Order: sequence, then C-alpha cells, then structure tokens
Amino acid sequence: MSRTFAGGFGSARSRRRVAQIVLYALLITGAIIALFPMLWMVSASFMPTGEASQYPPHLLPSRITFTHYRELFTRLNLGRYLFNSALIAVVVTAVSLVVNSMAGYAFAKLRFRGRDRTFRMLSLGLVLPVQVAMLPLSLLMKNLHLINTYWGVIIPGMASIFGIFLIRQYALSIPDDMLDAARIDGASELRIYWSVVVPGILPILATLAIWTFLATWNDFMWPLIVLSDEAHYTLPVALANLSG
Amino acid sequence: MPSDVGKAAWWFLAPALILIFVFFFLPVLASLVLSVTDFDIYAIANPSTTRFVGLANYSKLLRTPEFWQALRNTFYFALVGGPLTIAVALGAALLLNARLVRFKSLFRTIYFTPFVTTLVAVAIVWRYLYHTRYGLLNYMLSHFGIAPIDWLGDPKWAMPAIILLAVWKQFGYNMLILIAGLQAIPQDLYDAAEIDGAGPVRRFFSVTLPLLGPTMLFVSVITMIGYFQLFSEPYVMTAGGPLRATTSVVLMMYEEGFRWWRMGYAAAIAFVLFIVILIATLIQFRLQRERE
Repeated sequence: MSRTFAGGFGSARSRRRVAQIVLYALLITGAIIALFPMLWMVSASFMPTGEASQYPPHLLPSRITFTHYRELFTRLNLGRYLFNSALIAVVVTAVSLVVNSMAGYAFAKLRFRGRDRTFRMLSLGLVLPVQVAMLPLSLLMKNLHLINTYWGVIIPGMASIFGIFLIRQYALSIPDDMLDAARIDGASELRIYWSVVVPGILPILATLAIWTFLATWNDFMWPLIVLSDEAHYTLPVALANLSG
Repeated sequence: MPSDVGKAAWWFLAPALILIFVFFFLPVLASLVLSVTDFDIYAIANPSTTRFVGLANYSKLLRTPEFWQALRNTFYFALVGGPLTIAVALGAALLLNARLVRFKSLFRTIYFTPFVTTLVAVAIVWRYLYHTRYGLLNYMLSHFGIAPIDWLGDPKWAMPAIILLAVWKQFGYNMLILIAGLQAIPQDLYDAAEIDGAGPVRRFFSVTLPLLGPTMLFVSVITMIGYFQLFSEPYVMTAGGPLRATTSVVLMMYEEGFRWWRMGYAAAIAFVLFIVILIATLIQFRLQRERE
C-alpha cells in the first residue's frame, strides 16, 4: 500500500484494515458458494422423504432420519457399487503407477536408439480426445469378451500418456552419477529402478496416485459404455441411473 | 554396457507402449477407418455386411441441422464457460495471493473441494437447486423480485445453468495452477512498479498479467480441451434437452454410437470433434505468440 497519501483519509493502518475486510468478505462469500451445494446435499440426505421438494426450501431437516441411508444399502445395493468403484480405482492406480513410472524413467534417464522419436510419437496422443478411441475400443472389448467386466474399465486406464509425461519431467532431476554408481556396484537395471529411482520420485508418484485415483473414481463415460450389467456398476453410473 | 541399458529401456517401456498402442492409438486409427464405413448394429453381429462409403458420413453430418446445433452448443459452453471459469479462478488466485490474507490454506482447500467431488453426484444436487418451484436458487432470486426461472426446462436458460455448474466445479483446479504462477512472479517487480507510482490496477495489468502469460495459456488450453468434451453434465441434468439445447457433440456421438449403434456415423462425429479441438488449440498458441 502506498504511504504517500497516509494523511488523506485515515492512517495507512486503517486503510489496510478496510482492504483486509473487503478481502475477507470476498473470500468468505466464495467459500460459502463453494461449499453450499455439498452441505445442502448432506443436509437433504437426512430429510424425511419429500422435504427436499418443499416451498420455501428447507436448509436443515425438520427431523433427522436415516431411512435413505438404510435404503441405499438394503434396497439399492450401494455396498456393491462402492466395492466396484473402489476395486477399479485401486487396481488402476496401483498398476498405472508402476507402468507409467517405468516408462517415464526410461524416457528421462536411459539412453537408447529411437528414444526421442518414440517420445514425440507418444506426445502426439496428448492432443487426441479420448472419445475418438471409444467406439472402436468398445468393439475391441467386445471381441475380447471384456464388456461387462471390471477389466474392461481397468485395462484402458493402466497406462497414460499424461502420467508418463509427469514422471519423465520429474525423473529428469535424478543425478546420473547416482545411477552410474549403482551400475558400477553391479546392480541390475530393475534393482536400480526399484531402489534408486522409485525412492527418488516418490513425491510425484504420490501426486499421480491421487490424481489417477480421483479421475478413475469419478470417471463416468467409459464405465457407462462398458458396464451394462447392474452388478458391475460403479457409483457414478449407478447414481446416474438411479436419478434418471 | 550401453547396449544393456538400451535393452533394459525397452523392457521398461514395453508395458506402457503396448497398452497405449493397443488400447488408444489403434482404436483412434480404427475410428478413422470406421468413419468411412456404414458400420451399424447389423455389422456388430456380422462385420462382413460393412461397406465402404467414402465421405458419406461426413457429408451427411454437415447436412444434419442437429449436428450444427450440437456444435453450436459445444462452442457456447466452451467459449462462454471457459473464459468465465478462468476469470473466477484468477480472481480467487489473486485473493489468496494477497499479502493481507491469512488462513490461505483453509480457503484454498475449500475452493478446491468442488473439483474433487463426483460430477454425477453434484449434478444431481444442482438439479434440486435449479428446480423451478422448490429450488433454492429461485427462492433466493425471489427476494430480489426475480420471477421463477425454469433453469433446466427453458432452452434459453439450460446452457447457462450447465455453465454455472461447470464454473463452480472446475475453477478450483485452475486456481491452484494460477496461484503457482503468481508466486513465481518476483516481488521486486511489484516494488519497482509501486515506486514508479503504479496503483494496484496498473500493477495488475502491467506486471501480473504479462508475467502470468505462459500459465494462462496452459490453463486456457487445458480448460478449453476439457470443455469441448462436454458430456456428463447434460447427460445427467438434461439428457441433452430441452429441444436439444444442451446436446453437445460428445453427447450426440454417444447417442448415435451407443444408443442407435450407427458407429460409422458416430466415428465421423468424433473426428470432427478432434479437428475442432486441434484448431482451437492452435489458435490459442498463435494468439499467445502474437501477444509476446
């Protein structure tokens, strides 16, 4: 804040005060807007049937009921959808971390013929929207008898160009000396990857793990296409059918 | 030793490359082939009935008013929703970057929560909030004397309603990236501008915005590519209606391909989408270069 006009209206400190109040007012308004739909969702879930569709709208339940939650697990098989979603997201996250980190490390640190050409080819894929692949992919899955199976959702998520990119950028910072020292000590390449590289890239692995888990957990379009049998539904697919 | 390393490298790459090739690049190429055939529900049972039709799918597409409407809707969503999302994200990032503010990480977390929620779930909640008679949004607007709006039932309002939901859900992610960009701007520049007599507004336009350029480009390209792929919001909230006012290109592709099994035709839609996204990305890079 400029101090030259300090004598103008109030001191510099009181003008700071005003600025601070305005900033906080904006921040708190934003926070309310960001949280409100979710808070209302939780509140409405405890409302007796029909109360969420009343005028004027209720913010809080008139009396708290757990009927809807009981129904979810008894009549609606929510436990099953929860299990499906968790299983798919965990397997995709675990497998893709290994697959992407091995490839990202190789692109960053191992010298081999055709490396740059392969990497350029791969990066072309970043501009392709996934939906372009979906029609033939569903036919491929059908021929592999993977329609209506967990694998049908899991396999296309097991490697990602974005993930390889992320790991490669981070792995570039691993010092070559460290890898060469391990090689001179007679460590195999697999051993080096597991004992030197993986510990060195843990922060980016954690980021990628969270990212992959969330993306898979929330994914809607591909599971909707592959899973037509209710027993295999993930939560988003079940939810969309439930409310439709 | 180098040849050993080279051999090891291919072993490290093999799983990823095979998976990406078989389950992504190959289907993309197949999609291109599919788009010049009349592959349909009969072909699924007996692929030999498929015929090569040249560019017939594409020319049919360009003669279909529904497709042009889907294209218009998608552009509407991306060109209005995208900049709006980035503007809100930038505003939030500036607030959280202000020196006078404390509890930064708390606010950052709150603003980020909508992004990590499941879209299908929040879309259902927002459908309640948008309800013409019982919805909280109309209830609040009624205090300002605004008559009830049929948010999801009026072709005029359905897309703005979906844009509002998307801005609410997506701005937190862009905000995080923009905060990182803001923090990379050296404080000296602000101090120097202040000594030269630049006020807060002038400092924003002469220091913040130009130095944020590369981050802004990244954020807008990512947001726009995502927004051109609009699908889940209209699928859950409006099923593409009313009067197809929220049918996006991807939703139309899904319906043609997976509901009516006109897969050749749907593949052509997918490729037009790809070309649109490609052109839009190139334009943004060009605009950025001209500004520099």
